[in-house]
Amino acid sequence: MKTLGEEKKLDTKLAKLLKLLGLEGNRDIELEDVELTIGELVLDPSALTSAALKAVTPPKMKAVAPPTVKPTTLLEAPFIPFVQEYPGKIKEVTLGATKSKGGSRKPVVIGGATTPAFYLFEKTPPNPPVISVDVFDMKVTLPKAIRMQVEDVWEDTAVWAKRAVDKWGAKVLTLHLLSTDPLIKDTSPAEAMKTVEEVLQAVDVPLIIGGCGDPKKDAAVFTKIAEMAEGERVLLSSVTLDMDEAGVLEGVAKAAAKHGHLILGFTALDLNRAKELNRKLCDYIPEGDILMDLTTAALGYGLEYSFTIHERARMAALMGDTELQHPVLSGTTNAWAAREAWMNLGPEWEPRSLRGPLWETVTALSLLLAGVDLFMMMHPDAIRTMKKVTQQLMTRGKAKPEKIANWVNAKI
Amino acid sequence: MTEREVKRGIRQLSPIDVYMLLPRTNCKECGEANCMAFAAKLVNREVSLEQCPPILKKEHEKAYKKLQEILAPVIKEITIGTGEHAVKIGGKLVMYRHEFTYHNPAPIAFDVTDEMPLHARFPGEEAIIDRAKKVENFLYNYIGRDLKLDMINIRSTSNDPTTFRSAVEEVTKTTDLPLILCTFDPSVMEAGLIAASGRKPLIYAATKDNWKEMADLALMYDCPLAIFAPNDLDLLRSLSKTLIEYGVEDLVLDPGTFSNEGLSDTLNNFTMVRRNACKGGDELFGFPLIGAPITAWFGEKGSKEMLAWNEAYVASMLVSRYADILIMRSIDGWVQLPNVIWRFNIYTDPRKPVSVDAQLYAFGKPDEMSPVMLTTNYALTYFTVESDLKKFGGNYYLIVADTEGISVESAVAGRYLTAETIAEAVKNSGVAEKVKHKYLIIPGMAARLSGETEDELKNVGLPGWRVIVGSRDSSGIAKLLKEKWPPKEGEEK
Repeated sequence: MKTLGEEKKLDTKLAKLLKLLGLEGNRDIELEDVELTIGELVLDPSALTSAALKAVTPPKMKAVAPPTVKPTTLLEAPFIPFVQEYPGKIKEVTLGATKSKGGSRKPVVIGGATTPAFYLFEKTPPNPPVISVDVFDMKVTLPKAIRMQVEDVWEDTAVWAKRAVDKWGAKVLTLHLLSTDPLIKDTSPAEAMKTVEEVLQAVDVPLIIGGCGDPKKDAAVFTKIAEMAEGERVLLSSVTLDMDEAGVLEGVAKAAAKHGHLILGFTALDLNRAKELNRKLCDYIPEGDILMDLTTAALGYGLEYSFTIHERARMAALMGDTELQHPVLSGTTNAWAAREAWMNLGPEWEPRSLRGPLWETVTALSLLLAGVDLFMMMHPDAIRTMKKVTQQLMTRGKAKPEKIANWVNAKI
Repeated sequence: MTEREVKRGIRQLSPIDVYMLLPRTNCKECGEANCMAFAAKLVNREVSLEQCPPILKKEHEKAYKKLQEILAPVIKEITIGTGEHAVKIGGKLVMYRHEFTYHNPAPIAFDVTDEMPLHARFPGEEAIIDRAKKVENFLYNYIGRDLKLDMINIRSTSNDPTTFRSAVEEVTKTTDLPLILCTFDPSVMEAGLIAASGRKPLIYAATKDNWKEMADLALMYDCPLAIFAPNDLDLLRSLSKTLIEYGVEDLVLDPGTFSNEGLSDTLNNFTMVRRNACKGGDELFGFPLIGAPITAWFGEKGSKEMLAWNEAYVASMLVSRYADILIMRSIDGWVQLPNVIWRFNIYTDPRKPVSVDAQLYAFGKPDEMSPVMLTTNYALTYFTVESDLKKFGGNYYLIVADTEGISVESAVAGRYLTAETIAEAVKNSGVAEKVKHKYLIIPGMAARLSGETEDELKNVGLPGWRVIVGSRDSSGIAKLLKEKWPPKEGEEK
């Protein structure tokens, strides 16, 4: 015989079980294909008072179960997040070096992700993505919206660099040595080195050194600069498999390693080639000093290819592909290659002064969500929004439900 | 294998699994060569099950049901509206785009309120009919496709049934676009539903307070129902369960869209809901998500441009992170253009190659004096040029050079497009045998290669060929041809 207390306990247990199944209340329930195991419980029919167990619908968690009786109160179904384990981790890389480390920069740390981008419900990213601002060593063709921001300084690279840091808050600077292009000005490595020196003097943020795209010329320029900027941990942007074919990759990579710099491997929307390049680089330079550029196509001009390849790369890296566990960089200024960013499309698409920077912003934000760690950008408004958003995305739990609770009634 | 496991493994679903359930008579009524070919297309979502007439017969009823089950997407596909103006939302098979093509591009619904005038009384005033027309008339031609806006969100700020009813009536008279009716007050909602009868609008929204009445309305008027549970996934899930048990089958989930300091919670909530559905087999979350970037306008200070800017980028992030439908305010071209293009892009087939075949393409009916142009084989470059050439009309030859799928500007910078590769491409295209002139128009972005290219053309056995530098953007081709074609003898030499 059970005591009254035991009966009550049983009732409570059953009520709890039914609640868990979402079946509490006065409802018709029928048990089918269900095994109930509650400790050493023996079900005494007399104990099954009506409130607890009239019947049970099959507790298959079927989305659409035709009910016999409609619920009258909210059925509780607490949310339990699906948890995933990621065996892999993105390497953490420091751009720039302080005096004590042999440089003269305010260093910036990127990478270190252990989950997909901004999955704060799994883990807060160790480092926020960083924006590097583009500066050129000569006057270049730029869309009007950008040109008007820089045309008064573009004859003086150091002044331009200072503006990017002081006015737009650049934490990293990309100095594109476009004039070294043999088909443009063919500036010598020595001259290019001088420009870099000036910029290093003018600002104290880490530098990314951009080449012109000619494998042999870039190799010569990068090697010279690596030597001059010994210890500054600049990022050489970029090296390619073409450099390997031209037989100059090894020299550049070794120079970077010897003088304490970082290397950016560029490949065109092809993860197999990205892996191949990383493998080759690992022969000459510590793997923690390698970054990847998987190609950024502009919104409207192939951004979806970039978005998907970045998502794939990041997921593969987190799932354990060591050849892809490097931080990634996006040349987001490419957004301006899309005609929709700059072209006069008629009055209904104006003002271009907003459309253009929004183009760069949307290109950047899409790749931010795909896992990019370092962005090269140009328009001050796009940079401002990106900085704001990345900062906001680093913390969770600040949403105020009351702010939008009654938005359907709000007047504008 | 349980049903849930099957759904979770939809991407691994093999054509054989599907084939075994088909009639296997190879009757060809579906238009395919045999049942196996049809099964392969079903798995790839290139055909629908109903395109197989025999499976719909009584004797195959069981197999049909089973096929429907194993082919059902993890995110339920829900229809808003009726007939040719209906729009489908959700229907996603996967979480990440690289897993499988996303289906049903997220429609964007534009806000009107029942206290707006029908027409603007002064410039810049927001008005019901004006806005509805503006949404209908939005059109942008992008690489040959017409991009449009989709829906009207009618919102009651009056909280008065009569006012709401007449606003809904005005909208239904003005446009056939699908509708969202937006109020938390069931009596106001019912007034709207009566006015929108036969239009099957989305009811927005059931909350913890009104869910029972809203559920009754959804059942009575046979409409899909949105659930609003701002930043409360326990509540969202509980409401989903309750409403399903109540008998409402078509649900849409709104975990709340917060801009600025709440943006992080918004993206995390959307991601968690979608992940539980796609990776965790959580059927209570297996419904489309609705985002409301419009909330960027509420409770925030700033100029109209700034709030529209915020709304625009929040929308783009929700397009990337799992929104299946959006409610927005600004219809301005500069706000919507990036979003409609990004939406178009992200819903394309990720297996679509980045490059087109490098070969000679003919536009119109080119003859021996037609212009010869050259571009790269990056798909988007090609489609942009193609769309422009078609728009201009006329007859052209277009040589597509193999730059490993890289655009002109990058290909020139990265040495994928050089004087040598251009000369090779011209030679291999065989265009020299098709035309009598010796002029090649190269992209303006490749201007600096022009001199070298003439030398290289000589080297590959095409002496006398001259290079004309084209426009930097293919939209300028018409103007260029007007000025420079046909080339006057000697002018380019």
